[in-house]
Amino acid sequence: MTAADIAKAVAAGKMSALDAIEAALARIKAHDTVLNSFTDVTADRARAKARAIDADIAAGKKVGPLAGVPFAVKNLFDVAGLPTRAGSKINRDLPPAARDATLIERMEAAGAVLVGALNMGEYAYDFTGENVHDGPSRNPHDTTRMSGGSSGGSGSAVGGALVPIALGSDTNGSIRVPSSFCGIFGLKPTYGRLSRARSFPFVASFDHLGPFARSVADLALAYDAMQGPDADDAACTTTRGLEPTTPLLANPVSDLRIAIAGGYFQKNVFPEAVEAVSRVAKALDATRVVEIPEAARARAAAYVISTTEGASLHLDRLRKRPNDFDPAVRDRLIAGAMVPAPMVDRAQKFRRWYRTQVAELFKSVDVLIAPATPCIAPKLGQVTFKLDGVELPVRANIGIHTQPISFIGLPVVAVPVPLEPMPIGVQIIAAPWGEDIALRVAAALERMGVAVAPAPRGF
Amino acid sequence: MAEPLDDYIDAVAKALALPVEEAWRPAIRANLEVSLRLARLVDEFALPDETEPAPVFTA
Repeated sequence: MTAADIAKAVAAGKMSALDAIEAALARIKAHDTVLNSFTDVTADRARAKARAIDADIAAGKKVGPLAGVPFAVKNLFDVAGLPTRAGSKINRDLPPAARDATLIERMEAAGAVLVGALNMGEYAYDFTGENVHDGPSRNPHDTTRMSGGSSGGSGSAVGGALVPIALGSDTNGSIRVPSSFCGIFGLKPTYGRLSRARSFPFVASFDHLGPFARSVADLALAYDAMQGPDADDAACTTTRGLEPTTPLLANPVSDLRIAIAGGYFQKNVFPEAVEAVSRVAKALDATRVVEIPEAARARAAAYVISTTEGASLHLDRLRKRPNDFDPAVRDRLIAGAMVPAPMVDRAQKFRRWYRTQVAELFKSVDVLIAPATPCIAPKLGQVTFKLDGVELPVRANIGIHTQPISFIGLPVVAVPVPLEPMPIGVQIIAAPWGEDIALRVAAALERMGVAVAPAPRGF
Repeated sequence: MAEPLDDYIDAVAKALALPVEEAWRPAIRANLEVSLRLARLVDEFALPDETEPAPVFTA
């Protein structure tokens, strides 16, 4: 069932919230031994919350738009009572979080019920969904393949239909990559739109939180429930108020100027990514190709800022507990600490220049279409792939099309194109604060059957 | 034979009090080479002196 169907049935008294939660807990129990998407299942808390919702309904009280909907969060969100491990071994020694992350509080205020925390790449510095401490989360369409990172458990749990909604984070692609590999919808909102309060950071300049779902309606329901400024997140204190998107999803998209991102975004792609973009463009009648200026340099600058801010964040842990890191993450972070400071400053200056150029581009375009990943999910443990006869490292190339977009905080919906044998995602990119536009386009693609979250069949 | 970046890695590791075990060095060097190659791509893009960085402080 979709989140919308569950909430409707619960609110109408046709299904109890407790039954909805028990069903999710049963699916997790039955399938997560294979998918390995959950690191914590908060069953007692979930049952108590569900009973409270059922009591409210019995008492005739009004319930929220997500009443009884089970959801789970990447384990970098604070969950009261759990140490926020952020995919690491080291953070397990932290005291349990005293309070839930803002976004969990907002989801639960709308009636949703947290059922657990999800596996992720260590400290979110990952595109594979592999984790040396917890084992990899697995792709629900082929469990020998990657879920994608770093929100791998989120992709795996929603792609595997264990829960209809999950939350994750996206610094350079960590929502869009697992969405692509696991065949689901993911929203990376505008930078600063959703509060990151009480979540474990990675790169403060680029960190975003957002939802995953199996339908656009569910994605919008979750997004709408989480909007609003928050004094506890320095990037989310704007006066931008609630801008609900659910009522807009059925609106036509014929008035939108939709273009295909050319140049950089058409290079280094496998045939499946070309096919997915072409299907989406055709469905939307998009023929115009526009070039985002200096996208390769934008990706380079995003890389530099990420590795240096990440290194700064973890400097003390690198000094004191280097052997408790995933060695691959440790070695990247140590190298990041050694990048000369002027290069970081220049990357941040380039970022402003690039932001201006892209803002100019959005004067004549409303939506850009680009691949979410260059390929379908690689095999777990796969280190290289061959593209045009050239052997390339997998890890470094998975995020090449997502990084130049999150670099300037643009809102993106990753939509799943159900190719055989594996799905792959396409980015629907809008100008800052245009989540409603990206969601409308995603909804139109879903209505046309071009973007669909395929039923899991890998387990 | 020492790689060209090894002296630099040793010096910065010392300045930052970061441990670098010999077994980690090849991977750190490889990562640093990638980071510096990408950083140079940004570095070589000329920008006016007046360019502000993306994050702007608000008092």
